[in-house]
Amino acid sequence: MNKRVLIVGAGIAGMEAAAGLSSLNYEVLLFEKDEKPGGHLKNWERLFPTQRLGSEVLEFLEKGIGETVKLISNTNIISAEKSDKNFKVVSDKGDVWYGDALLITTGYDLFEARKKEEYGHGIYDNVFTSAELESLFLNKKELLTHQNKKPARIGFIHCVGSRDKKVGNVYCSKVCCVTAVKQAIEVREKLPECEVYCFYMDLRMYGMHFEELYNEAQEKWGVTFIRGRLSETAENIDKSLQIKVEDTLLGRPLRMTVDMLVLMVGFVPSKSTTMLGKEVGIDFNSNGFLKTMDEHTSTNITGKPGVFVAGTCTSPQTITNTIIDGRSAALTIHEWLSKSGTV
Amino acid sequence: MEQTGKKAIWQEYQKEIAEDKYYYARSCIRQNFFPGSEHAFLNILRNNLKKDLHDDAKHTTCTGIGYHSDVVPMETTMTVVARNFSLMTEAGYQNYIPSCITSFGLYTEIIETWKHFPETLEKTRDFLFKATKRTFDLPNNLAHTSDIIYKFRHEIAAMAKYKLVDVHTGRPLRIVDHIGCHYSKMFPEKGVGGAEYPYVLAGMVEAWGGETIDYPERRHCCGFGFRQYLVKANRSYSLSASRKKFESMQPYEPDFIITNCPGCPYFMDRWQYVIAETEHKVYGAGGKAIPVLTYEEMAGLVLGYNPWDLGLQMHQVPIEPLLEKMRIAYNPAEKYLGVNGKDLGKPVIPELFKYQDE
Repeated sequence: MNKRVLIVGAGIAGMEAAAGLSSLNYEVLLFEKDEKPGGHLKNWERLFPTQRLGSEVLEFLEKGIGETVKLISNTNIISAEKSDKNFKVVSDKGDVWYGDALLITTGYDLFEARKKEEYGHGIYDNVFTSAELESLFLNKKELLTHQNKKPARIGFIHCVGSRDKKVGNVYCSKVCCVTAVKQAIEVREKLPECEVYCFYMDLRMYGMHFEELYNEAQEKWGVTFIRGRLSETAENIDKSLQIKVEDTLLGRPLRMTVDMLVLMVGFVPSKSTTMLGKEVGIDFNSNGFLKTMDEHTSTNITGKPGVFVAGTCTSPQTITNTIIDGRSAALTIHEWLSKSGTV
Repeated sequence: MEQTGKKAIWQEYQKEIAEDKYYYARSCIRQNFFPGSEHAFLNILRNNLKKDLHDDAKHTTCTGIGYHSDVVPMETTMTVVARNFSLMTEAGYQNYIPSCITSFGLYTEIIETWKHFPETLEKTRDFLFKATKRTFDLPNNLAHTSDIIYKFRHEIAAMAKYKLVDVHTGRPLRIVDHIGCHYSKMFPEKGVGGAEYPYVLAGMVEAWGGETIDYPERRHCCGFGFRQYLVKANRSYSLSASRKKFESMQPYEPDFIITNCPGCPYFMDRWQYVIAETEHKVYGAGGKAIPVLTYEEMAGLVLGYNPWDLGLQMHQVPIEPLLEKMRIAYNPAEKYLGVNGKDLGKPVIPELFKYQDE
C-alpha cells in the first residue's frame, strides 16, 4: 500500500509539493480551508517581472495536482499530532485523517495596514493596500478614487509592515519593492496622465529581470522614485490626501497631495501557520515564521521527525522560490519515507 | 469608513481612569493664561460631579519647562516630582491628576523610567530623603485632568444646560480638537484614543452635541513647543506653526477650537491676534477669528456657567459669536468686571477682533 502524505495548505507550495509526491506514487491528501486551491495567487492579476497572468501559473499548478491528489477543500485543519506511527490531523468540523508524513504549507497573511495608524488605512477612503489595488486590476474595475474621480496623482509607499521595528517586523518581505514597480507601471499604462510616485527605503531588485523592470518604470513609464519614508497621511477637504515624507537624498521634508495612496503591505506568518506550528510543536524563528533545521542545507526539515515545511510559512518568498521550495519538500519527504520506512 | 476605522483604534487605546479621590496638581502657567479654567475644573468636580479632590498649595512645578529646555537635569526633575508624590501620599491620596499636559507627559515618562530602571527609583528616594527627609508612594492612577472630564462626559451631558449646537440652524458646532503633544505622542497607550486619532476631546465634543473636524494639519504642534518660543529669536517659528494650522483648518469653517494643553489655547488665541494685526487676516467664517477654548471652559459653558466667571473675557479672540450661536445668556456690561465687580479695564481691541459696538 502506498504511503500517505498529509499536506495542510493548498497554496503554491502545497500544490507543487502535492504534484511532486503524487508523481512519486505517494497518496496525497491536500487540505485547503478555502473553496479553491491557489492561496494568494488567486488574488493577483499579473505577476512581476514578466507581467504574465497569475491565472497561467495557477493553471500549471492545478494541472500538476490533476486527478491523483485528493484535494479536501473548505476544510480548516485545527490540530495535528503524532499518533503512534502515524500523523493525525483534525478539522474544525471534527473530521480526522491519518498519514505517514506531514507537510505544512500554510503560508502567510498580509500585514494589516491599519496597524500603521498614521498611514490612515481604514480611516481615509483613498488609502488602499497593494492587494486592494491588485483586486481592482483582477476584476477589471476602473481605477477611480472613492469619489469616482480619475486620480491625477498616486503615491506608492514601500515597506508597510516590513523592516519596521515599531510594528515588530524587522525582516524584508522581499516581493513588495518589485510589486510596487509592477503596479506603478500598470497604473501608468491604464492612466497615462496620472503621476506616479514611489516612496522607498531601499529598492531591493535582487531577482532576474527585476532591475530591468525598475529601469523601465523610470525610463519608459516616467515613474518617480523618492527615497524616503512616509511619516503621516491626512485627508484634505476634497478627500485627496496630504502626505508628509522626508526626501532623504535631498535632505528635505516634503509635503505632497495625492489622490490615492497605495500601501505595499508585507508578509506576516498566517494565523494557520502560527496555530499549526504551536500544535505540532515546531520551533519558530524570532520573526514568527516556522524554523527549519538548517537555513542553508535543510530548508524543508523541522525539529520534529516526519514534519516538513515549505513555502512562505518559513519566510517571505517569491512565486518562483515557492514553487522550487514545494518541489524540494516533495523530494525531501520522499527521501525520508524511503529511508525510514516508518515514522 | 472614517468613523468605523477611528472607533476601532479608539477601542484599542482605553486607559484606566480613577473614579474619585484625586490629588490635583496645578499648572505653572495656566492660571496666568486662562485663570478661570482650573477654577472651573474644581467647581465642576466638586459641585457638579460631587468628587473628592485635594487642591494642594504646597506642591511645586514638575520642572517640565526647565527639563525640556535642558536647564534642569533629569535627576533633579525626578526628585522634584518625587516631592510632589510625597505630598500626595501625605495628604492620603493615590490618584494624581496634573492639570498640565507637559507635567502629565513628564510624570508618565518618569514612572515608566522607574518601572524599567528600578535603580533610578531607589536613587530618587535617596535624593529626596537626603534633601527633605520625605518618603513617597507612587500614584495608583495617573490621569490628565482632561481624562477626568472625558470620563464623566456623559454625566456632564445629563446635567447640560446648553448643547454644542448652533441653535439658529440646528447644526452641530464644527469643532477643532487640538491635543497637546505631550498627552499621547510620547506614550500613545497612555492617552485616550492613542496618538494618531486621540479621542479624549473628541469624546467630549460628541457627547455634548458637536462634531469634530479632521483637517490635514490636525497633528501639527501649535507652536508652543518650548524651543520654539523660549528663545525670542525663534518666535516666528512658533507663529508659523500656528499659522500652518489655521490655514489648514480654515476651509472647514470651524466654530471654535478646544485644547487640553496649557500652551496651545494661549498660542492659538494670541497668534490669531498677531496675524490679524500684521497680515489683516482672520481664519473663521464670516470674517471672524476662531475662538479657542480650554476643555474646562467648554464644559463650563455646556453646564451653564457664566462665561465671565469662566474667564472668557481673558481671551484675545472674542467669544461672543460662539455664545450667540449656542444662545448662552451673558451680560456684555459685566465682561470686564473682576470677581468682586471691580473694573478690570477694557483692553485695546484690534479692528478685526471687534465685536458689535466694541
